[in-house]
Amino acid sequence: MNIKLFRNTFYLMVIVFAIPLLTNCSSDKEKEKDEEKDEVVTIDSLAIDEKLVQDVKTVKEIFYSLPSPLETAMILKQAGAKYNEEFLNPTENTSKYVTNKSMALNLGVYTTDLSYASLFDQTQATINYMDAAKKMAEGLGILNVIDEETINRLEANINNRDIIMDIISETILNSSSFFEENDRQAMSAIVLVGGWVEGLYIATNLVGPDVDLENNELVRRIIDQKLTLSTVYHLLEENIDNEDVKSIIVQVDQIKKIYDDIEITSSEIEPVTDDETNVTTLKSTTKVKMSPQTFNQLKKQVKVIRNNFTL
Amino acid sequence: MKKIYQAIIILTVLALIPLSGISQCKSFAKKVCKLELAPYTHDGNYNAAILTEGEDAELYKTFYAGQDYRIYICGSESLPDIEFQVLDVNRNVLYDNRKNNFSRLWDFNLESSQQLIISLRVKHSEGESDELISGCVAIMFGIKESD
Repeated sequence: MNIKLFRNTFYLMVIVFAIPLLTNCSSDKEKEKDEEKDEVVTIDSLAIDEKLVQDVKTVKEIFYSLPSPLETAMILKQAGAKYNEEFLNPTENTSKYVTNKSMALNLGVYTTDLSYASLFDQTQATINYMDAAKKMAEGLGILNVIDEETINRLEANINNRDIIMDIISETILNSSSFFEENDRQAMSAIVLVGGWVEGLYIATNLVGPDVDLENNELVRRIIDQKLTLSTVYHLLEENIDNEDVKSIIVQVDQIKKIYDDIEITSSEIEPVTDDETNVTTLKSTTKVKMSPQTFNQLKKQVKVIRNNFTL
Repeated sequence: MKKIYQAIIILTVLALIPLSGISQCKSFAKKVCKLELAPYTHDGNYNAAILTEGEDAELYKTFYAGQDYRIYICGSESLPDIEFQVLDVNRNVLYDNRKNNFSRLWDFNLESSQQLIISLRVKHSEGESDELISGCVAIMFGIKESD
């Protein structure tokens, strides 16, 4: 009996160690063909392939990608935003966040603040916000995403923006992949939405009362968030079973109602490639229609939600 | 007792199956794929999955005017070519890498912000092998300020 038990256990242990090898990125092999999969994907001609891409239901993996905190900060800067620390979430607030939801939201918020500070060469703020993000990550059980070595590397290269951006990018990658690895996609979505709302909060506050709403790049980027809003919804709806996500969707709904009053019409996109640089420009024109009242409502509502996230 | 012991081991096995692939995918994205984005800065987002030849994936993302972007489709060396297309919201094809020798990267910028769809498919291997190859595929985005 004991020998049989030992043998069975041995076989199972072999499976335990063999599976990681079989799923290895570099040389994975499946032992049997899956007839159903083949039926979906064995399409070679261009005509049929067009049909394939139209049938989203057959797609194995669908990703909804929000702008990362780093991209948000770059968009703000490119649109002519100035640095104003007054609009960032004070690092002293970290002790307030004790639930998973508040820590995830504020991991996103602080990572956006960190990216924004670093792009404007605010060295001390960069260090402080990295430390605040570290506290949120640790509270969520994300070990080693931002460790002492990360902080030391940041401090040692504090005047080298490229390295700082690389460190921030890696920090974001480590936290988002951690949630994937640990089947906590809802947390990952909450972090991204926290960062997205923080970007919107900073942007709407940086638009002064005398700004020409029709000819301002920062305002255009704020309007562009109407496009991103559908991705926010998809990302949250994928995790609708999570109670924290449900409560966030209710708040995002309030923003959506205001964006519904903003009209965006776009011409067809024409790709034009520069033969020398091999860079393609997607040429198109967009017309937008937004009243000053709508902008003020948006600014007010974003502030309400951001305060719900951070206070 | 024996059955409980076996059940624990089986559950452990089942729990490890997805983790091993995802962990290796993360390491692959971080150590291999990210390097190909230079001189662009990786946005930090993690969009990767284990795909088998013949399988496909789609990614929805808004790209903004004023930024330069690099899309890099990063696949394990063992995988066959990966086809990828960039589509607008009406699914008009804006870029198709089959017309560019299955290039895995595409640099672009936009005159106005747009939501785009990245659609990719791992091709079937040439030959009559019964074995399907799987591997990590990551969709990476690099960004830099337009000049």
